Amino acid sequence: MNPRWTLLKRNLLDFWKTFRRNRMGLAGAFLVLTAVLAAVFAPLLSPYTPTETMRDAEGRALTFAPPSVHAPLGTDDAGRDVWTQLVYGARISLTVGFLAGFIAMFIGSLFGITAGYFGGWVDNLLMRITDVLLVIPDLPLILVLVATVRQLELKVSPLVILILVIGLLYWTSTARLIRSQVLTIKERQYVYRARAIGAGNWHIVRKHILPQIMPLIVANTVLILSTAILIESGLAFLGLGDPTQPSWGTMLNFAFDRNAVSNGAWWFYLPPGLAIIWATLGCVLLGNVLEEMLNPRLASHHLEGEQRIATQP
Amino acid sequence: MNRRDYLLRKIFFSLVTLAIVVVLNFVLFRVLPGDPVRAVIGRNVRISADTQQALREQFGLDRPVFPDQFLTALGQWARGNLGVSWSLRKPVGEVLVTKLGNTLLLIGLGQLLSIILGVALGLLAGWKRKTAVDVGALTFSLIAWAIPTFWLGIILLAAGSTWLGLPTGGIVSPSNVGKPLYTVLPDVTHHLILPTLTLTILYMGEYMLIMRSSIMEVLGEDYILTAKAKGMSHWQVLRKHALKNAMLPIVTLIAINLGFTVSGAIYVETVFSYDGLGKMFQTALVKQDYPLLQGAFLLLAVSVILANMLADILYTYLDPRVKAS
Amino acid sequence: MTSTRPLLSVRNLGTEFVTTDGTVARALEDVSFDVHPGQTVGLVGESGCGKTTTLLSIMRLLPVTARITSGQVIVAGTDLLSLSEIEMRRYRWKELAIVFQGAMNALNPVMTVGEQIREAIILHDLMDKSHATRRVDELLDMVGIAVSRRDQYPHEYSGGMRQRAMIAMALACQPSLLFADEPTTALDVMVQAQILELLQKIQKLLGLAVVLVTHDLGVVAEVCDSVVVMYGGKVAENGPVDEVYNAPRHPYTQRLLEAFPDLNRPAGSLAVIPGTPPRLNALPPGCRFAPRCHVAFDRCHIEAPAETGLGGGHTAACHLFEKTEAAR
Repeated sequence: MNPRWTLLKRNLLDFWKTFRRNRMGLAGAFLVLTAVLAAVFAPLLSPYTPTETMRDAEGRALTFAPPSVHAPLGTDDAGRDVWTQLVYGARISLTVGFLAGFIAMFIGSLFGITAGYFGGWVDNLLMRITDVLLVIPDLPLILVLVATVRQLELKVSPLVILILVIGLLYWTSTARLIRSQVLTIKERQYVYRARAIGAGNWHIVRKHILPQIMPLIVANTVLILSTAILIESGLAFLGLGDPTQPSWGTMLNFAFDRNAVSNGAWWFYLPPGLAIIWATLGCVLLGNVLEEMLNPRLASHHLEGEQRIATQP
Repeated sequence: MNRRDYLLRKIFFSLVTLAIVVVLNFVLFRVLPGDPVRAVIGRNVRISADTQQALREQFGLDRPVFPDQFLTALGQWARGNLGVSWSLRKPVGEVLVTKLGNTLLLIGLGQLLSIILGVALGLLAGWKRKTAVDVGALTFSLIAWAIPTFWLGIILLAAGSTWLGLPTGGIVSPSNVGKPLYTVLPDVTHHLILPTLTLTILYMGEYMLIMRSSIMEVLGEDYILTAKAKGMSHWQVLRKHALKNAMLPIVTLIAINLGFTVSGAIYVETVFSYDGLGKMFQTALVKQDYPLLQGAFLLLAVSVILANMLADILYTYLDPRVKAS
Repeated sequence: MTSTRPLLSVRNLGTEFVTTDGTVARALEDVSFDVHPGQTVGLVGESGCGKTTTLLSIMRLLPVTARITSGQVIVAGTDLLSLSEIEMRRYRWKELAIVFQGAMNALNPVMTVGEQIREAIILHDLMDKSHATRRVDELLDMVGIAVSRRDQYPHEYSGGMRQRAMIAMALACQPSLLFADEPTTALDVMVQAQILELLQKIQKLLGLAVVLVTHDLGVVAEVCDSVVVMYGGKVAENGPVDEVYNAPRHPYTQRLLEAFPDLNRPAGSLAVIPGTPPRLNALPPGCRFAPRCHVAFDRCHIEAPAETGLGGGHTAACHLFEKTEAAR
C-alpha cells in the first residue's frame, strides 16, 4: 500500500510540474475554477436574489435598465438584476453540464472497455450502436425525445430530463477513444501474463486496464463537459430548460423571447453568452492540454522552415 | 475484402440505421404517448368522446399496435403521407417540402463557405507551424468551438441590424412573401448574409483544425521527404503530394458534419426567423404539433443518413487504399 | 588510390540537432570521405552512429531542428553547403539521388508508381510527357518490374517491388551518384540478394557511383569497393574493403568484424562489444569509443584522436597509430 502511494504522489508531482509550464492548461484551469467558484459562492457575490425586482423611487419596476452602480449588468425585462441571474445561473448550467458529462463518461467508458476488452461480436455490436447514434442528427433527436418524455407528464424537473437525455446521447466519442486504448493495452505482455496465471476478467480490467486508461478518461471527461454545457445552453434557449431555475441558456431564451435585442439591452443578451464561452473554453483548454500530455504529437515535419547551415553567412 | 464488399457493408449499415430511425419514430410518436389520438390530433383541441372514438377507428388506432398499426404507418410514410399538421391545417409532407429548399440553401451556402475558408486556413496553419498564422488560426478555432450557435446568431443579428442595416429576420422582406425565390434574389441574398455568416464562422473552425492536423500528419510522412529529395520546392510538394492525402479526412468530416449542420440550422433559423425546416421544427416543438414534429424528424434523419451513405461511397472512390474496413 | 578526381568530396562535415528542451546533440563531427566515379562506398556502423544523418546532410534534407555547423560537400567543384535552397534543388536527383530505407511509406499512396517516376523526369525538364512515359517503362524494365504495373498504386506492389520502384525512380534523371540508405533492411533474405544484384547490375550498366549505408557487414564485403566505418558520429576507419576487412586497424572495426558471424566457424560463440554507443547529447571527452575500447589508455579519455593515414588510402582515427608514428 505504501509504495503504491509514494509512486502515485510522485506521478502527480511530475504531472503538476509539466502542467505548470503549460500556459494554455493554466488558462483553462483558471477559467473553469472561477466559473465553479462563482457558482458555489453566488450568494456572496450578489446582494440580491435572482427573482427580486429592482424598483425605482416610485416603486416602478426598472425594466431593461442599463448597467449602473447598483446593477453592474443592468436589469432584464422584469427588472431583475442580470449579474445576480448570471452567478446563480452558473449553478444550473454547470450542474447540468457536469452531471450530464459524468453520465456520458460513465456510459462511454463502459461501452469502450467492454467493446475493447471482449472484442469479437460484442465489439462489433457495440460499435455499430455507436455508429448509428453518430449518424442520426443530434438536435432533432434530442428535441423529439424531450418532447415525447414531456408528454408523458412525469413529475420530474425538466432539468433531470435534460441531464439524462444529454448523458444518454453524448458518450460516443468517449467510447471510441477508450476502446482503442483498451485494444492497445490488451495486447501487452502483462495482460497475457495475468491471464496465463489464471486471473479473471474483472481482475484484469480492474488492476491492469483501468489504471492505465484513467488519465485518458479524465482528460476526455473534461472535453465532454464542454460539449454538455454547450448543448444544455442550446436546449435551454429553445425553451426546454426550467424557467424557475434559469441557467445561462434560459436567460438567453428570456432575452430573445422578450425582445432584449430590439430594445437594445445588450447587457442582458451579451453576458450569459460570454459566460457560456468562458466555461466551455475553460473545459476545452484544460481537456486539450490534459489529452496532449498523454499523447505527444509530432516534433516537426519535412516542410518546416529552411535547412540551417552554420557555414553560410 | 475489396471495394465492392466494403461498399455493400456501408450500404447495409445505412439501411439498418434507416430502419432503426423509422422504428424509433413510430415508437416515440405512436406508442409512447398515452393516448394516440391525442398524439395525432394534438392536446389542445377539444373533442367529444364520440368524436374521439370515431377518430380512433378512422386512424386505425383501435387495432393492435404491432404489426397492424406499424405496417400501416410504414405504408403511409413510404407514400409520403406523413400525417396532417393540426396547427397549420395542412398535410405535413406539403409543409415540409416547401421549407426544405430554404434550409438547403442556407446550409449549403454556409457549409461551402466554411469548407473553403477552413481548409485554406488549415493548410496555411499546418504548413507554417508555430508561426503567427498557426497560433492565430488555432485560437480562432478554439474560441469558435466554444461559442453557442444561437448566441452568435443573436450577436450578429444585433450588430448587423444596428450597424449595417441588415434585415432582422425572415427569408424575404414582408413585401416579397409568397413570391418564388428566384424572382427576388437580391432580397433573398440580403437576408441570407447574417445567417450564413453565423454558420460559416462556427463551422470554419472545425475544418481548419482537421485540415491543420491532417496536413501536419501528411507532411511528416516519408513520401514527402522523397518528394523533397527529388528537388521539388515546398509549394510543389504541398500541391502535388500533400494536398490530396490531407483532404481525405475533410471528406469524412463533411459527412460527419451533415448531422450537426442540421442542428445548427435549427438554432440559426430560430434566431433569424428564417423560414426553413429548422424554424418549423422549433415551432412544432413549442406548439406541441406532434404530426409535424414527427414528420420533420423523419425527413431530417433520413436525409442525413442518405447523405452520409453517399459520402461514404464517394470516399471509397477517392482513396485507392480502401479495401478492408 | 585512384588518380581521377573524386565525384563527391565530404570534408569535415559537422551536424547537430537541437532537441525540444534546448539541449544540443552533436550528430556528426569532422566526417570526411571521398567517392570516385563508378565506385561503391559502404558506410557502416551501429544504429544511431550518424550514417543516415550523413546522407541527409549531404543532400540537405535534414529536419528543421538540425543544423549543419561546419564542413564542405564538394561536387563537381562546387561546395553544396554554400548554395541557396533553390540552387540546391537543381542538384537533387540530377546529380545526387537517394533511395530511402523502408520503401513502405516512401512512395505516395494515392499516386500511381508510374506517375511518381514520371514526375521526377518532368520536374527536371528532361523531356516531354510522352517521352517521359516511355522512359518510365524503360526504367521499370531495368529494375525488373513488369511494365504493365506502371499504373498501379504502391500498395499493390510487394515490399521488394517497392524498393525496386524506388531505385527506378532514383535513376530517372541519370544521376552520377546514388545514395542507398539500408536498401535491404526491411526485406527478407531472398529479396535482399535480388536487390543487391540489381544494384550491381545497374552500376555496371550506367557507371554509377553508389554510397551504400548499412549495418550489415556482409553486404559491404560483397558489393563495396571501399568502406567508411562510423562510430558515435565520427569516422573511425576508412579504406579499401579488402584491406579493412583483412587487417582492421581501429579497435572498433576489429570488434565489429569479430562480432559478425563467420560461416566458416559456425561453432564459435559470438563476440559482443560491451556497453552501448554514446548518447549524442552527453558525449564522453576524448575518443568516443574509449569507454568500450579494449585497448584504451589514458590519452584516449582526454583527447579525441585525429584521422591518421595508414597508407594506400586507408585511415583510422585512433591514438594507437599516432603513438606508433611518434615512436618511429
